[in-house]
Amino acid sequence: MKPASFDYLRPATVADALAALAAGGDDARVIAGGQSLMPMLNMRLVQPRLLIDLSRLEELRTLKADSGWLSVGAAVTQTELLSRPTLRDEVPLLASALPWVGHFQTRNRGTVCGSVAHADPSAEAPLCLVATGGEVVLRNVRRRRTVKAADFFLGPLTTVKAADEIVESVRFPLAAAGSGHAFREVSMRHGDFAIAACAATVDGTQASLAVGGVADRPTLRSWPLAGGALPPDLDAALNAFAWDLGGDDDQHATARYRRDLVRRIGRTVLEEALSCRR
Amino acid sequence: MPPLKSAVTLAADARHTVTIVLNGAPRTGQAHPRLLLSDFLRHELGAHGTRVGCEHGVCGACTVRIDGVAQRACLTLAVQADGRRIDTVEGLSQSNEGPNQGPNEGRMTALQEAFRRHHALQCGFCTAGILMSLSDYLGRNPKPTEEELRDMLSGHLCRCTGYAGIVRAVMDVTGQTPEPGAMGEAAHV
Repeated sequence: MKPASFDYLRPATVADALAALAAGGDDARVIAGGQSLMPMLNMRLVQPRLLIDLSRLEELRTLKADSGWLSVGAAVTQTELLSRPTLRDEVPLLASALPWVGHFQTRNRGTVCGSVAHADPSAEAPLCLVATGGEVVLRNVRRRRTVKAADFFLGPLTTVKAADEIVESVRFPLAAAGSGHAFREVSMRHGDFAIAACAATVDGTQASLAVGGVADRPTLRSWPLAGGALPPDLDAALNAFAWDLGGDDDQHATARYRRDLVRRIGRTVLEEALSCRR
Repeated sequence: MPPLKSAVTLAADARHTVTIVLNGAPRTGQAHPRLLLSDFLRHELGAHGTRVGCEHGVCGACTVRIDGVAQRACLTLAVQADGRRIDTVEGLSQSNEGPNQGPNEGRMTALQEAFRRHHALQCGFCTAGILMSLSDYLGRNPKPTEEELRDMLSGHLCRCTGYAGIVRAVMDVTGQTPEPGAMGEAAHV
């Protein structure tokens, strides 16, 4: 339960960090909050030769809303985002879901971008990014590129991020006027990994449900509203969605139980999102 | 405390000087880059109040305050703590009435006294971490509801008391009287 040896770099700038990451190749890893990476280091599931610490880079401690997006830099902790007084107006889904990320003590150090980069299929931050139609800003020594959340996650702990790139920031669209949002999660204890997590968004024309913890990545499906109401065949639609997600039996729950959660909690959060439109 | 150099590279096979402010006093030790803050506190500085349980961030026993914020010492490298203020359970009684001096030196804080009154600890292994979490949390949320408090306590594992005494102690010290039967007394599982 002690990490294997590595060199430690605390760079002065993001450019220095990216240069070291490019030079280090697959043997280099970046750390910000470390609330996923440190357990993996302690258990020697990963054994990098070089650890590059982003946590003290002021350039990455950015949190701002403009041009329709809330942009969260790589050094911003989950607690810092959750403590933003305007968060419930800007991205209400995050205000509802972030208290479910880990525990008080790990949110104090864990970052939003780190959770997205880690890409655990049951994690709340990736789910919110997919549910809201957010984007991931990737950067290496040569360029920046922006990837839609729906294209970013490939599977468990797997994303399109290349080894020489960092998640520089993630961007959540500001909630549209007249939209409603709701989040619910089932886990063995509060703070444990989600057996199923459901995030719903309802706007003037459609109802959307994103599900985490069931498929190998957070997954979104949308249905048109019927005269301002949820579609009349919603139960059948949710049943089809639950089967398409293809969850497996594991030590926490059976696939059948997960399908039940998607059908039942999916309906609940969609109804809640519809009723709290503003 | 000397200012932190802006950029450093620390070789894996060498020990490096790490200076922290531990409970108000500058302390210096040596650390390989891979050394955890929890082990640095205990083995290098001899500050044994911080306990080490699971070493992957689940049990909460090693929780300390880094620049005032409750965090897992086992998920922090000692070299990451360089230049930071670290507060551990040993500092609580000192901070009760100012610095480590005067008539209250060595006395327990009101929170610690409440833990004793309400049997909020038995073996004590989890207690240091819980006290450090609470000392941060109650500063932000001085009168938590029982639900909020139990949510925060979900970041700590206690296998002796079943949390009821811990909840009672916090409700007492925050000037709140729990409703009868609201404390989950039957839930010692």
